[in-house]
Amino acid sequence: MSKEKLDLLQGTLDLMVLRTLATLGPMHGYGLARRIEQVSGDQVLLNQGTIYASLVRLQQRGLITARWGTSEGGRRAKFYSITQRGTKRLAEETENWQRLSAVIDRVLALPQ
Amino acid sequence: MIEFIQVWIERFRSFFHKPELDRDFENEVSSHLEMAVEENLRQGMSPEEARRQALIGFGGVEQAKERHRDARGLPFLDSLLQDLRFTLRSLKRDRGFAIVAVLILGVGIGANTAVFSVVNTILLRPLPLANPQKLVWIAPPPTKCGFSCETYSADAFEDFRAQNHSFQDVAGYFAFSSDDNYRLTGRGQPVPATGIYVTRSFFQVLGVQPSLGRLFTPDDARKGSHPVTLLANAYWKRQFNADPAIVGKAIDLNRQPVTVVGVLPPSFDFGAVFSPGEKVDLFTPYILDDWRNDGNDLTMVGRLRPGVTLAQAQADVNLIMPELYWNRKNPNSKGQYKGTLTPLKTYVTGRLRSPLLMLWCAVGAILLIVCVNLSNLLLARAATRSKEFALRGALGAGRLRLLRQLLTESLVLSAAGALLGVAFAVAITSFVAHQGSIALPLLGSVRVDGTALGWTLLVAVAVAVLFGVVPGLKVSGGNLSDSLKDAGPGMSEGKKHERVRAALVISEVALACVLLVGAGLLLRSFLRVLDVDLGFEPDHSAAIKLDYDDGGSAARRNVIFRQIMNHVEAIPGVETAGIVDFLPLGHNRSWGPLQVKGKLYRQGEAPEPMVYVVTPGFFRAMGTRFVAGRDFSWDDGPKSQKVIIINQAAARALWPGKNAVGQMAVTAGSDRLVVGVVADVHETSVEGSPGWQVYYPSTQEAAEGAELVVRTRVPPDTLAPAVLRTLRQLNPNQPAAEFQPLQQIVDHAVSPRRFFMLLVTSFGLFGLILASLGIYGVISYSVTRRTQEIGVRMALGASPSNVQLMVIRSTLRLALAGICLGVLASLALTRLIGSLLFGITPADPMTFAATLIILSSVALAAGYLPARRAAKVNPMTALRAN
Repeated sequence: MSKEKLDLLQGTLDLMVLRTLATLGPMHGYGLARRIEQVSGDQVLLNQGTIYASLVRLQQRGLITARWGTSEGGRRAKFYSITQRGTKRLAEETENWQRLSAVIDRVLALPQ
Repeated sequence: MIEFIQVWIERFRSFFHKPELDRDFENEVSSHLEMAVEENLRQGMSPEEARRQALIGFGGVEQAKERHRDARGLPFLDSLLQDLRFTLRSLKRDRGFAIVAVLILGVGIGANTAVFSVVNTILLRPLPLANPQKLVWIAPPPTKCGFSCETYSADAFEDFRAQNHSFQDVAGYFAFSSDDNYRLTGRGQPVPATGIYVTRSFFQVLGVQPSLGRLFTPDDARKGSHPVTLLANAYWKRQFNADPAIVGKAIDLNRQPVTVVGVLPPSFDFGAVFSPGEKVDLFTPYILDDWRNDGNDLTMVGRLRPGVTLAQAQADVNLIMPELYWNRKNPNSKGQYKGTLTPLKTYVTGRLRSPLLMLWCAVGAILLIVCVNLSNLLLARAATRSKEFALRGALGAGRLRLLRQLLTESLVLSAAGALLGVAFAVAITSFVAHQGSIALPLLGSVRVDGTALGWTLLVAVAVAVLFGVVPGLKVSGGNLSDSLKDAGPGMSEGKKHERVRAALVISEVALACVLLVGAGLLLRSFLRVLDVDLGFEPDHSAAIKLDYDDGGSAARRNVIFRQIMNHVEAIPGVETAGIVDFLPLGHNRSWGPLQVKGKLYRQGEAPEPMVYVVTPGFFRAMGTRFVAGRDFSWDDGPKSQKVIIINQAAARALWPGKNAVGQMAVTAGSDRLVVGVVADVHETSVEGSPGWQVYYPSTQEAAEGAELVVRTRVPPDTLAPAVLRTLRQLNPNQPAAEFQPLQQIVDHAVSPRRFFMLLVTSFGLFGLILASLGIYGVISYSVTRRTQEIGVRMALGASPSNVQLMVIRSTLRLALAGICLGVLASLALTRLIGSLLFGITPADPMTFAATLIILSSVALAAGYLPARRAAKVNPMTALRAN
């Protein structure tokens, strides 16, 4: 793992998981982890194992649900899908994130 | 918010379903890894490489599991449970230590809970009445003439009630009711009962609501109205089997039908508030018109109007009191009243403040000793465990984690101690609450309640932190490699360790010393109190309340008295008998001043002596000494010269340097010849100094009730049946009143002192035991640690007695250091309890000397066992050991 990879901010993994599930529909943990790695262009420092803590947290908050099913490869896996409340939360958090990021951009863009 | 609650519910669920969830997650992880391996294989890796890369990508399966558990469950509780399991395991291994620690803690915490319950009931909690902070006791400033000078007349009461502007209402009770003053008849043998007259609005003023029926109405208190009564709850239950239909029924009291109008609630106990240690069974209305010529006989208690302060009320009282008449028919009787206001709570419990605070401090000292003792025990354990902890530290446990582990241990111990302690406290408090004979207010309602449990919790936690923190810091701190290397004997770390323990033992001995000195002072005071010459001989003497029907004729009454005395004196074992209307140390009264005939007095100048109406022979029955003159005789009739007997205090003051016998005095409205002078009797308290007393013959003045005093040759209680049988033969209506040994009356009077003395003494003894345990522990440990050194000494020629002496010397050094500290602290502290002592000074040399001897001999004994062990050390074995 190279030094150039980004450390994830607290809570951002949750947001990524929600977004991915909202876009791609029900997925298992491995698929999610791979997907996030791919989308980030391997920029994100992610132990695939950490995604499960995020998943159980989201599940307890009722933002996603989980059930055992069969993968396309015929393997048993636990599939996660986003709930209605999760979709709503995703919209809110996305907006929050964009506003925050815009503010930070502006601050950082101040002349030196 | 809902989400928050949901999450916590989920977390708790996860906490209790750990195995299933762990299995589920393991399945998920393995399916994850298989998919990763599969993908890697597809990318052309070798099977081993594919597996390796999958694991790298996943990053630590165990860490992921741990994180998963933390995210879904209650990680704090998890580690707490872990600590608890570990603690229980290690305590099980060290069972002896655990049992001793829990026992010590149990007694320490239990004593604290019990004393707190007493302090809380008597001192901290408001009185069990409605809005008690508004209730005020109204009484003249204290004087020497007993109840008569502490009360008000019916007229004064009525005018004060009408004229004041500060009180919503004022009520009172008749101060001269004696025990068993009623006979309940019409239900087989007459049964004695204690009743009190209360003014009409007494219960309204106190804010007591009846649990059945109603309170008194103005009609009940009108002259000539049908007699009514209110029953105390306990009496209703005991005597009437809690008859729910009692209201409206008539009961026979003193041969008169009286209608029960209500039953008071269980929460109201008249005796507990107003006359500790006595039980009152029923209440009847005080009818003002019946008592107008009786003099002072009413107490007063008022309920302040809203917004009126005590000072404002006092100003109001100061204006009104001088305007009150003793008797409105007598214009000269104005101007003799004063009134001091005291919050009722202060009146009831004020004088118990300092003894209770002392008790609280003593029990706090016990707790400190317990903490020090446990610290010591834990340190001894820590010495053997320091390697274990060093190892855990080396394996990565943080210092805080170790400290937490140790505190969990002390919390578990103190929680177990607290449980034991609460059981112990419940036993003590229920025992104390049932000691009806201890004259302390509100004692009957002492129990371990919610507040006391809260206090126990606080104490338990504080104790755990106190005794756990020193050993905790010692163990969890320190240098790992040192501890791992430290071989124990002779190493510097071990020595430092021992110094801490020595300091702890010294402080323990010092605390025990303070407690023992306090206990000793109280014990000596108590013994001094028992030694007081009461002016009568309580041994072999008992009294019983008489019932008689004289039809209002004084002549008839004296015939009855004489007959009773003759018959009782004929009982084998009875030496002599006499009759009096008021026993000492109980109720009393006064009839105005006693003056020298022919001398002019300003108003209020002559003191008012206590008054007793007695039969001839009474003084012999009481064992009261004659200083001069003669006893009354049956010949001192109503028509002959009026005579009195006075006590020494009055005789000395009235006729200083002269013989009082043969002098003429003026009292109770006529001239009286002093025929005798008797010893001073402690009439109001054992500890106070007696005031003036005057005795009238029953043949010349009317007695108010009669107590038969019997002096016996055998223990008085063995004669009780015979005496009662004799009285019943003479008067079938004689109720089964108690044949009360006079010693019991004295015991009752000194019971509060005995109560405090016993408690503090038992604390002192417990402290002594703990201190000796502490000394034994430290010396014994140091002998073990120095076995090798002792071996060397003996190999070099030290004799066993040399060694023994060495160990004993070090024991004494510890003990003496503690005693010195303790004596200094005691000298400073005992001055604070000066007011609780009797007949000795706070620096009583006897007490201090005794404490010194006791503590050093106990220390010697505690050091002797290890010293003997040291002397038996075999040099060869000792040297080979390491």
